[in-house]
Amino acid sequence: MHSRNHASARKAVPGDEEKIASTRVHAPPAKRIARDVRAKAGAHVHSEETDHETAAHMNEYKSLMAKFWFATIISIPTLLVAYPNIRYLYVPYLFTGTVSEGMIRLFWILSGVVTLPVMFYSGRQFFTGAWSAYKHHSADMNTLIALGTSAAWIYSTVAVLFPSIFPEGTAEPFYDVTAVVTALVVLGQALEVRAKGQTSQAIRKLIGLQAKTARVVRHGVEVEIPVEDVEVGDIVVVRPGEKIPVDGVIVEGFSAVDESMITGESLPVDKKVGDEVVGATMNTTGSFKFRATKVGKDTALAQIVKMVQDAMGSKAPIARMVDVVSSYFVPTVMIVSILTFLTWLNFGPSPALAFAIVTAVTVLIIACPCAIGMAVPMSLVAGLGKAAEHGVLIRNGEALQLASQLKAVVLDKTGTITKGKPELTDVVPAPGFDQKTLLHLAASADKPSEHPLAQAIVQGAQVRGVEVLEPSSFNAIPGHGVETEVGGQRVLIGNSKLMWREGIETGMLEAEVTRLQGEGKTAMYVAVDGRAAGVVAVADTIKEDSVEAIRVMKEMGLEVIMLTGDNERTARAIARQVGIDRVLAEVLPEDKAHQVHLLKAEGKKVGMVGDGINDAPALVEADVGFAIGTGTDVAIEAADVTLMSGSLKGVAYAIETSRATIQNAKQSLFGAFIYNTLGIPIAAGILYPAFGLLLSPILAGAAMAMSSVTVVSNANRLRFFKARSFTEVGRTRTAEVSVS
Amino acid sequence: MSTSQLIINLIGLAAIVWIIWYFWLYRKEGVRVNEAGGVQQVQITVKGGYDPDVIVVKKGKPVRLLFTRQESSLCSEMVIFDSIGKSAKLPEGETVAIEFTPDKTGEIGFQCQMGMLRGKLVVQD
Repeated sequence: MHSRNHASARKAVPGDEEKIASTRVHAPPAKRIARDVRAKAGAHVHSEETDHETAAHMNEYKSLMAKFWFATIISIPTLLVAYPNIRYLYVPYLFTGTVSEGMIRLFWILSGVVTLPVMFYSGRQFFTGAWSAYKHHSADMNTLIALGTSAAWIYSTVAVLFPSIFPEGTAEPFYDVTAVVTALVVLGQALEVRAKGQTSQAIRKLIGLQAKTARVVRHGVEVEIPVEDVEVGDIVVVRPGEKIPVDGVIVEGFSAVDESMITGESLPVDKKVGDEVVGATMNTTGSFKFRATKVGKDTALAQIVKMVQDAMGSKAPIARMVDVVSSYFVPTVMIVSILTFLTWLNFGPSPALAFAIVTAVTVLIIACPCAIGMAVPMSLVAGLGKAAEHGVLIRNGEALQLASQLKAVVLDKTGTITKGKPELTDVVPAPGFDQKTLLHLAASADKPSEHPLAQAIVQGAQVRGVEVLEPSSFNAIPGHGVETEVGGQRVLIGNSKLMWREGIETGMLEAEVTRLQGEGKTAMYVAVDGRAAGVVAVADTIKEDSVEAIRVMKEMGLEVIMLTGDNERTARAIARQVGIDRVLAEVLPEDKAHQVHLLKAEGKKVGMVGDGINDAPALVEADVGFAIGTGTDVAIEAADVTLMSGSLKGVAYAIETSRATIQNAKQSLFGAFIYNTLGIPIAAGILYPAFGLLLSPILAGAAMAMSSVTVVSNANRLRFFKARSFTEVGRTRTAEVSVS
Repeated sequence: MSTSQLIINLIGLAAIVWIIWYFWLYRKEGVRVNEAGGVQQVQITVKGGYDPDVIVVKKGKPVRLLFTRQESSLCSEMVIFDSIGKSAKLPEGETVAIEFTPDKTGEIGFQCQMGMLRGKLVVQD
């Protein structure tokens, strides 16, 4: 996660005048970025850059921990000599058995001296931060802590040096507050740095997926080179169990490739010559050579990383509301602190000045603007990372928030619910024929045909291990079917018109054809030597997990709607099988966007799921457009959410994750608001008149430190979020595959 | 009410007025940008805030903002231009460029991830 990974933020090179990315400034961000993706330049995946950032975080953590330990070491003796009135806590008394005025003052003065380095070493960043902010006419958490700790120290010093200006017996310092609060807040910051690192772990994991080296053929020799040196056109050799270094197309050999790290799909995918392979995926048992087509910033992985990083840098709409609050927050706390001071001074019990200063300091210390400001961004980073791990890329915070609010999801039929290409589904022999013979004849007759339905029959036969012969003659009859000769038999395949033309009795097979059509299938008669031999049917089959994905979506309370250009009957048939009640059939491609528009007019937030190419206008029209990836094509630009795998489960997962993320952000935000709205009045002493309760500034410091750590930790809970849409079975399988 | 108490009260109230003025009401003059080679370029130092934080630029000309973060505090680790959908990580000590061309007059705000540090571009004709 580094500047150079950002397209929009290239490292500035002196004299670098090339391409100022001219960006249309006022288009709505979500869609604009979508259009902008390809235009953007420069996305590198450099693991050394992430290492650099991790190192920076580590250094910050170590430096804060050193400061914390220093403050702690000073805090302990300071606390032990701070309260002479509480004898059993007052160490000088425990040692000497007496308490004298001189002794008390001596230890106080010593405390005052040793807490100075705590302020200016351990608490240095509070003062420098507060000063920088002050110069910018702004105030932040540093301002509050710097004011609180220094007010405590200055008051204490005045009380020790000039006790006479205070009423008798009330001139007591509280140097321990300065030391302990500094220690606690620094500890809080250190824990926060560490937790922040974990929140962005997902993206580091993605970057870490990249292979370090590649084995390429140069001048006829296999050489191992760093992955950065692979060039487009290089022939890359991949052995069993090796990681594929860059994107490319197989030129020799075959294998099964585990693409789960990119697509979230758990089963390895078979790859043969001509198939695309994606960098960072894992070869299983075969070996092959491929020609590199995309390297460096152009690889699918680099683009994914860039998309996720861009999304993490965006804002969710709820964060905008928070921004308004946080810009007024710190000065308001300062004003409340002054009012608290004056109230106690004017109306408080004696010693009024001591009460006034303690409560004013406590108000400054307990207020935690960080918790409010961090709530949404932290959850967003964790949620987006979590989604990316499952092959779900969410464009930005706005898309994520909208996805969490969806009420209806429109699914395109072909290629989204179904595989998008026909497969052989039924072989129904007439009496006197068996399935195998029927399929053998039908497939052989169709062998020369290039029609997709014919190809589906041939493939179906091959898959079932049925022999397919070359027909001795072949004649296609447009609008009817084919007429062929297979092994000396005259074989006809086609529709009822063909049978009628040839005067063939179809008899009871007609009922079968009607039944199959009712199921949304395309049924064809097969006749052999003038006699009906049976019926074969092909259909665009439903993806294996579509039914489950749709069930999960309905369980989540989403209305699921199918949108298709197909005829009503076929559409209904498919809808029945996957459990969809509402079908919009016979919709022309150009009307899809309009249909989405009409659904939005029903007052629902509508998500549209499609292939991202034909459905692009509908995806843009929808509140959230989901492009369902075939393979790993990340060039799907019209979408707010890109699903790397072809599984509909990704849609359910994206919505579940978005809901969980927004809920998490709201929890943190709510917690932070409640904390501050309750904490500040209690610190100011609102409970004192009724219950005599006052909050110790030290407790306030602990609460403040914990509140921001809690926000980051709450966001980190998202990393362990388990979605209904991904079953344990699928995940275990992934694990097994990556081992093999 | 004793005199000293009265004085303290007055100081307190004055401090409140001053806070309101200094942190909320004060309006800064924007920094105008020098144009070189057709690009409006400005160096911005990030240290407890953006310096300069109000930048006046012309419409229709490319803008290049060079951010340099000079602190290790994680708060300013990222700068976000929400309204134009751009963001960047700012590694300590490195200069990072943000480039775009404003095509409309008005204000374009930028801030850290948490919205504690803020700045804006004022786009003029």
